[in-house]
Amino acid sequence: MNLLPIVSILGAALAVSFGAIGPALGEGRAVAAAMDAIARQPESANTLSRTLFVGLAMIETMAIYCLVIALLLLFANPFVH
Amino acid sequence: MTASPLALAVVFRLGPIAVTTPVVGTWGIMLLLAGGSWLLTRHVSVHPSRKQAALEVLVEAIEAQIRDTMRAEPQPYLPLIGTLFLFIFTANWSSLVPGVEPPTAHLETDAALALIVFVAVAWFGIRFRGVRGYLSTFAEPSFLMVPLNLVETITRTFSLVVRLFGNVMSGVFVIGIVLSLVGLLVPVPLMALDLLTGAVQAYIFSVLAMVFIAGGLGGELRERRPGPEGKVTPS
Repeated sequence: MNLLPIVSILGAALAVSFGAIGPALGEGRAVAAAMDAIARQPESANTLSRTLFVGLAMIETMAIYCLVIALLLLFANPFVH
Repeated sequence: MTASPLALAVVFRLGPIAVTTPVVGTWGIMLLLAGGSWLLTRHVSVHPSRKQAALEVLVEAIEAQIRDTMRAEPQPYLPLIGTLFLFIFTANWSSLVPGVEPPTAHLETDAALALIVFVAVAWFGIRFRGVRGYLSTFAEPSFLMVPLNLVETITRTFSLVVRLFGNVMSGVFVIGIVLSLVGLLVPVPLMALDLLTGAVQAYIFSVLAMVFIAGGLGGELRERRPGPEGKVTPS
């Protein structure tokens, strides 16, 4: 049995699972802070939610990078022929 | 197993050139946007019709966003930023049409879009400050930062590509996987989430393009320029 596909699949699973932890924590903190700010200043909710969305998408990109790495491992692995 | 998201399906061949599905999709969206714009702006009048009023609301919203983000007059940047936003938005939402895969779910389209932004940053920077002035923005805080700034110019373009590609492609991919498991109604909430992601990503791509272009213009020059109401805007 060739070891390379097994290692690639393991690597992809590890990349997605551990890569999701950091952004999840970060997004949780960001949303909590935004909720706090909106509760304090409801009149600035528009600006806050716009900034929050941009920030969330930026944080989410880190998880997306991990997903891209995982897909590269699965579909475009340079070591598997 | 679903097909690889990195592979491209060839639709037809023009001589030696293979025309793939994202190319066909891109041209379709370009035709739709150009034709729609031509139809809507054919009879522009001072007393706007309903359609013209809706179009003006859209253009003014984009102008306001550019003014807010770049803290500069939006006119020179409106055509580029507006087109980028409308194209990516339409491309991301084109998955609503059955059988159409968004062209932005392929690496090549996103790379082309990011390349446009990369060139536009240099173009606006050189036009605004001259070649010497633009190159001096690379040494902005201190001369030691030149290598870091050069690397940043490349990596931020690359991250622009991967961000848009990853977000749109992952949406398409997840829907494909769920569809292969359960066909009826279950993918609908995921598709709604995909539409939200698509809209947010279009917005983010254009905001980042604005931020990069504004960075190329240099900070201290813009502070002295008069703002939209003729007063000096702090930045």
